[in-house]
Amino acid sequence: MTEKPKIALYWCSSCGGCEESVIDLAEDLLTVAAAVDIVFWPVALDFKYKDVVAMNDGEITATLINGAIRTGEQEHMAKIMRKKSKLLIAHGSCAHLGGVVGLANFYQREDLLSRLYQEVPTTNNPQGILPQHETIESGRKIKLPDIHDTVKALDQVVEVDYYIPGCPPTPELIKEAMMMVLENRLPPRGTVLAGKKALCDTCPRIDSKPDKLRIKKFKRIYETEWDPEKCFLDEGIICLGPATRGGCNARCINANMPCRGCFGPTDNVRDQGAKSSSFLASIIDVTDKEALKKTADSIPDPGGLFYRYGLASSILKGKLTPKSS
Amino acid sequence: MIGFEPKIIGFLCNWCSYEGADAAGRARKAYPAGLRVVRVMCSGRVDSQFILEAFKEGADGVMILGCHPGDCHYKEGNLQMLKRYVILKRVLSQFGIEEDRLKLDWISAGEGDKFVKIVCEMTERMRQLGPLPR
Ligand code: SF4
Ligand code: SF4
Repeated sequence: MTEKPKIALYWCSSCGGCEESVIDLAEDLLTVAAAVDIVFWPVALDFKYKDVVAMNDGEITATLINGAIRTGEQEHMAKIMRKKSKLLIAHGSCAHLGGVVGLANFYQREDLLSRLYQEVPTTNNPQGILPQHETIESGRKIKLPDIHDTVKALDQVVEVDYYIPGCPPTPELIKEAMMMVLENRLPPRGTVLAGKKALCDTCPRIDSKPDKLRIKKFKRIYETEWDPEKCFLDEGIICLGPATRGGCNARCINANMPCRGCFGPTDNVRDQGAKSSSFLASIIDVTDKEALKKTADSIPDPGGLFYRYGLASSILKGKLTPKSS
Repeated sequence: MIGFEPKIIGFLCNWCSYEGADAAGRARKAYPAGLRVVRVMCSGRVDSQFILEAFKEGADGVMILGCHPGDCHYKEGNLQMLKRYVILKRVLSQFGIEEDRLKLDWISAGEGDKFVKIVCEMTERMRQLGPLPR
């Protein structure tokens, strides 16, 4: 009997949703599982780090890593998995672009730590202790993974062969990616394994999207009721479909929610946030300075909205702050 | 800050502002050497990505100069830029880039003096703000 291809799954800074998306393969998971040997999957199966470390370089056919890189341990594991795998696949928005956790790059690490461990009202930490990389407890040194200054996408620490986008990716895309690996029909290295065009192109509401959109005020969804058949933008609700890669089956739109951009930019866009802010600007129907400012102010957190999934891999990558010496 | 010469990237539209800068040159007017000019066909051509790229690559400030409203060679490219600019400024502040580091203004082909004045003011303001940290 020939050996089955070996597959590994690993998680870094993630919420667990991408792991769940693998489980969402449902019966298909059994088909995939029967065709491969899962050699490492800490969240679901009991393997040890040393099992992977003991493997030969390139022994694993493909590893799917989800989650962004924000600790030393995650970077270390990403490097090990890279070495042991023929193909390394970034699984989900966080590994692909930095994801929601990448929004931390709008703040400094110290501010985040003090906020979380000292200031949040529900925190009970009278001594104000912050997590330390190293500490001495009863004469023994204890180490925790170090937390990096910035959150990074997977390809900012190791070479990545393919990307499965989405927060989380759809089971269909994961299955298709696995089949591409197993049937040896992968596209050129570096490809994002999803749609090529913007989401609008495959949106069920595209027919109601006017050629010339004109908006005076952006409405938030709690401020308005909208026609569930019509293009969100035409209703004055921000939808990032025009600046987002398609391939998600328009699942948010089908759930009557506007797109928030989790599939990242299309191939010819470098910075999804910049593109989103430009296309929204272009549909504003006022040019008078005061009115324009009011319209712009009707987007409360533009950075957080336009860069919700891609701040870490954007042009500026996060807040520009003086380097601490 | 002493000894700090700010780097400013200026995107100048071909039809009005670049001509305006030329007029300043022909009249042998002096302006700070820290301005690097990129000629574009229209201020409306200045993609937000170009601006972010300029800041990333070392600009302390970015200026976009176009034709006065109503004078755009392509009718309303400059107004498109204006709208983009107002939104982008808010995004930039979340990146820690002060509002004044991005400037949009209108210069006609005859306004060599205004061009010099704007570049001087922008340079002075960037001197006060200091280098953009990266
Ligand atoms: S803007 Fe949103 S709702 Fe409108 S067509 Fe595009 S994806 Fe669909
Ligand atoms: S509609 Fe947008 S946010 Fe929703 S799954 Fe698709 S790409 Fe992601």
